[in-house]
Amino acid sequence: MIEIKDLKKSFEDIEVLKGISTVFETGKTNLIIGQSGSGKTVLLKCLTGLITPTSGQVLFDGQNTTKYNYQERQQLRGEIGTVFQGSALFDSMTVLENVRFPLEMFSSFSMKEMDKRSEEVLERVNLTKESFNKFPSEISGGMQKRVAIARAIVNKPKYLFADEPNSGLDPKTSMVIDQLLHELTVEYNTTTIINTHDMNSVMEIGENIIFLKNGFKEWEGDKNEILTADNEAVIDFVYSSKLFTKLREVLLKEKSNSIKK
Amino acid sequence: MREVYDLGMSSVGLVSFISLFMGAVTAIQMAQNFQGADIPVPNYYISYATKVVLILEFSPTIISLILAGKVGSYIASSIGTMRVTEQIDALDVMGINSPSFLVMPKIIASVFFNPILIMISIGMGLVGGYLIGEATQMWSSSDYIIGLQMPMAPRLFVYTFVKTICFAFVIATVPAFYGYHVKGGSLEVGRSSTSAVVWTSVILIILNLILTQTILS
Repeated sequence: MIEIKDLKKSFEDIEVLKGISTVFETGKTNLIIGQSGSGKTVLLKCLTGLITPTSGQVLFDGQNTTKYNYQERQQLRGEIGTVFQGSALFDSMTVLENVRFPLEMFSSFSMKEMDKRSEEVLERVNLTKESFNKFPSEISGGMQKRVAIARAIVNKPKYLFADEPNSGLDPKTSMVIDQLLHELTVEYNTTTIINTHDMNSVMEIGENIIFLKNGFKEWEGDKNEILTADNEAVIDFVYSSKLFTKLREVLLKEKSNSIKK
Repeated sequence: MREVYDLGMSSVGLVSFISLFMGAVTAIQMAQNFQGADIPVPNYYISYATKVVLILEFSPTIISLILAGKVGSYIASSIGTMRVTEQIDALDVMGINSPSFLVMPKIIASVFFNPILIMISIGMGLVGGYLIGEATQMWSSSDYIIGLQMPMAPRLFVYTFVKTICFAFVIATVPAFYGYHVKGGSLEVGRSSTSAVVWTSVILIILNLILTQTILS
């Protein structure tokens, strides 16, 4: 479980996070949603330790990590898996080498054991053996995301973070990636936090959703509650597409019919 | 090993080509000066002077400046691209000390291979001088070989070696610094690459003066 308490982050005079408190539960896919510039990425970077918050607490299973020294932080990082927006695969390494890399750094496995584990996770994310020896530039965006996920889970992390895992992907591939992240969350019992502004992801895997606006937590709930939320900012965000506007009309109609009955 | 290839082996062709021609040009210039001098200067001084120029200045300094352009821009742009594509963030999140992980192999490869490149440069420069002598018959090959065999003070070799090592360190670290601190996108990577080459060259030139004054004076 990850808990954040009154988390604030400023860059010079600009306050990006303005006191966010919430709990991300273990075994659930927790989503952070909001428009561009709402502070999602900064919040995720504060959680992964890439950015130090100005004030507030980040508690990983009750331990305040903002007070961690370098060694404690390094130890924690061994328990974290991260999927970056652009996959962030190492260009000079093959698919297999990319996935094996965290094991080479942190495990005492033999090369054979590392290869076996890497191949296992690559197969788990539905990549075939033909792609193992290809370089990131030789595979599609969707495959790159799968490799990034495989690399994130190869060390069996307790905490899994994903920053916009669907960016640049077609809707069908996005859905596959969403499902994969959800399945892995359950399978490895990780505390998974995903940054997204994709409403399809929200409806697909949003077990716990926090909505950010201008650095504040504006709303919190799950995928069923978000469609009928009465928060104006949430309504504006969720129903920005015509498809969801029509869906809202249907839902409101159903709601009024049930009240009449 | 890949760093040794990227930073060293891949430059062997360029260094050899430039050194061959520059050695020939230097030898012709020496011949012009010595053969036109008021006091008669033996022809074997042509190769001796060419050798001294190549060992003291041309190979360590000029080749390092050329490498600052070729290798420096490669280091700055490759690390800069890793920064803007979040590959360095990925290393940091994994708990890997990214500056040490990325820069240290480059320093080792550069410091290890730069002296080899400089030796190749000196050798090719001397071959260039020999070949142009044979082609133009401006001096005899026996005179050229006698001049090459004339001794040089050992501290001159020490001076060249120290310069080569220091320059190799600068060529690896300054561009790495620029690449590592890139913020933005591809445009910024290009700018940082340019700045890296400019500042590496400036530092090499200043360092050359400081080392020359310190070791030779």
